[in-house]
Amino acid sequence: MEDLILYHRLQFAFTISFHYLFPQLTMGLSALIVWFKWRYIRTGDELYNRSSLFWAKIFAVNFVLGVVTGIPMEFQFGTNWAKFSELTGNVIGQTLAMEGMFSFFLESTFLGLFLFAEKKMSKKLHFLMALMVFTGTQASGLFIIATHSWMQHPVGYEILENGKYVLNNFAALFYNSWLWPSYLHNQMASMVTSAFVMTGVGAFYMLNKKNRDFAGLFIKTGVVAGVISSTLVIVPFGDMLAQQVATHQPVTLSAMEGLFKTQEGAPMVLIGQPNMQTRSIDNKIEVPYALSLLTYKRWNAHVKGLDAYDENLWPTNVPALYYAYHMMVGLGTLFLALMGLSVFFLWKKKLFEKRWILWALLLAIPFPYIANLAGWYTAELGRQPWLVYGLMRMVDGVSATVSAGNTLFTLLGFIGLYFLLGVLFLLLVGKVIKEGPAPLKA
Amino acid sequence: MEIFWSIVLVSMLTMFILLDGADMGAGIIHLFVAENEDEKQRIIRAIGPFWDGNEVWLIAAGGVMFFAFPTLYASAFSGFYLPLIMVLWLLIFRAIGLEFRNLVANDLWKTAWDKAFGLASLLLTVFLGAALGNVVRGVNLGGVENGLARHGAVYFFNPLWNDSFSPLSSQPGILDWFTVILGVVAAVTLTIHGAHWIIFKTDSPLNARLKKLVVRLNMVLTFLIVLSLVAWLFVRPSAMDNYFNHPWLWIFPLLMLFALILMFRVPSFKKDHSPFAVSSLFIASAFGSTVAALFPNLLPGTNSHFPSLTIYNAAAEPYGLQVGLVWWLIALVLVIAYFFYLHKVFGGKMDDVHYH
Repeated sequence: MEDLILYHRLQFAFTISFHYLFPQLTMGLSALIVWFKWRYIRTGDELYNRSSLFWAKIFAVNFVLGVVTGIPMEFQFGTNWAKFSELTGNVIGQTLAMEGMFSFFLESTFLGLFLFAEKKMSKKLHFLMALMVFTGTQASGLFIIATHSWMQHPVGYEILENGKYVLNNFAALFYNSWLWPSYLHNQMASMVTSAFVMTGVGAFYMLNKKNRDFAGLFIKTGVVAGVISSTLVIVPFGDMLAQQVATHQPVTLSAMEGLFKTQEGAPMVLIGQPNMQTRSIDNKIEVPYALSLLTYKRWNAHVKGLDAYDENLWPTNVPALYYAYHMMVGLGTLFLALMGLSVFFLWKKKLFEKRWILWALLLAIPFPYIANLAGWYTAELGRQPWLVYGLMRMVDGVSATVSAGNTLFTLLGFIGLYFLLGVLFLLLVGKVIKEGPAPLKA
Repeated sequence: MEIFWSIVLVSMLTMFILLDGADMGAGIIHLFVAENEDEKQRIIRAIGPFWDGNEVWLIAAGGVMFFAFPTLYASAFSGFYLPLIMVLWLLIFRAIGLEFRNLVANDLWKTAWDKAFGLASLLLTVFLGAALGNVVRGVNLGGVENGLARHGAVYFFNPLWNDSFSPLSSQPGILDWFTVILGVVAAVTLTIHGAHWIIFKTDSPLNARLKKLVVRLNMVLTFLIVLSLVAWLFVRPSAMDNYFNHPWLWIFPLLMLFALILMFRVPSFKKDHSPFAVSSLFIASAFGSTVAALFPNLLPGTNSHFPSLTIYNAAAEPYGLQVGLVWWLIALVLVIAYFFYLHKVFGGKMDDVHYH
């Protein structure tokens, strides 16, 4: 049974992690493409149009991979987590079905039109196509995070005698207090990724002294979007989400922060390794009183540590949760610093000459991806051992009829196939970047 | 309410088979019939802007099944675990074959992705037919062996095949001689349907050859249909009960027969969209005939211990189904609007559309 659960979990974790490399770019990038199309309408400057078409190519490759790796996510609810689906389908089936009906048709139809019908359309109509694709991507995120939020903080349901969770208040799914902070936090995080990718590609051209007009535009747009989103992702949205965790999953917050002992004026650990034997943090660097201050807005507030809770209720893997959270927060802070510095130099009109900062922006491209995944691991590891927080444990949701051997077979298949997809992705996006945007006529 | 949602589910699956089935059929034609780069390129243009939206019908139907019939979703998806995961892999190969082939101007690259696209399309049609075969044949709900249930009442697990390869064995596999026949029926039907789509959407020199080909395939199809009917009655003698109890249901098989006869007359059709309309009618009525025979079963059980999954015992609770009605109808209006707009912009022949 333990092998079985391990393989089911690994497969879901692997496929969702790989999948989320693509939507996190497309959700933010669609907004930037809409922005370029808008500027094109306003100014008539072909630079904006060429830029939007260039990024649309990168968008398209990401979108295809997002679609083909996304379908397995929907299927796996049934294939690998059948008991969970049977018991909660009455509730989360709603939001998942809505995603299909409201977002996927919208995205797929209008992306096809955006990519292949430009010549048949006016500028404004083509802008509208981009806007529809953007709306579809945002709606998709909303429905998924509504589903996720119900698992973190179940609302609007009752439990029948046969153990089934039945919806009794549809609207509650959408005014779930967990939903909007996590949705906005996540959308901003995806904008951070897109901003870093756009800036990084611009920096690459600038360092290579290629496509200078485009490079300048990409860097400018990227760092402005980057500094705004890197700020908003922390304040207010990250903070608001942390408040939700503090209210509804206090034990998760203690584990994320690595706070083993209940105390007044709790410090915030910046660096250190959780030691589960001694129940303490090794080699730590901490900021005194910071955790109390951030969580309860009072410097000497009483904060519960893990010792205040029964060990049965602790997140299953405290160190992994702690690392995921600290990676997200640490990287998020660095992103803000780097983008802030870049905007400062941009304002001083020195950014394009500062090669060291262009190098930093180029090399930064992978890190928002890591931070986004770390953020999701924080949410998911923080919810464990529960599937539905406080109500249904993970072990009770698995497909018991699918044997460990069969699951390992499909897990290995996914690993092989996704490795191939990853190689192809890098090859194709690399090729698009190497070719660059269609040059402006002199 | 359950009846409404079962009609919704069947209609959405029908849309998927009609639309994306044509893409898969076009993939098969692309693999076996298209002879040169020009013919291949035209086929790809004919489905390029559409396939993704067509595939969404499958995803959306899956979503509706999850929310309206959660028990069926849980039971069927875990029980048909291996073939479903393989369908996912095939959908991946189909999509990247189609989308990536033109991104690198190299003949080897193109050949490789053409094969991936064509073979994945072919296997997908066989899997779809075999899936229908598994539902028609039924499964061993509860995994009952020698009178003892190994799983919960609604659960089962089918291996890909077993040694006897017989649909009558107590633990049948996904593939047995009956489901394989239905797989071949689906492959042939969708090849014809895909050919009709290509005739509809292109002005290719290929079209004249396709018109001859479909008539020959129609003969094969007619033979296969008779064979599968006989096999079906052998595997499930009760299959005709609904037809005797509700004679109006005969409209589905009659429409199917009517469409099949018309399909033989495809070469003489004047309008290029008519063949596609006729094969759509054929597929929809064939699927309708099958569903009519099953109703109200969604997944028949093959043992006497546990009841079949029906639209009643697998459905969600009334409140959820009622709220669902509101948003589903709103979404449907939007989907229809998108669909008509897409096909208005890309109306008629697609030979000149720039795809990658």
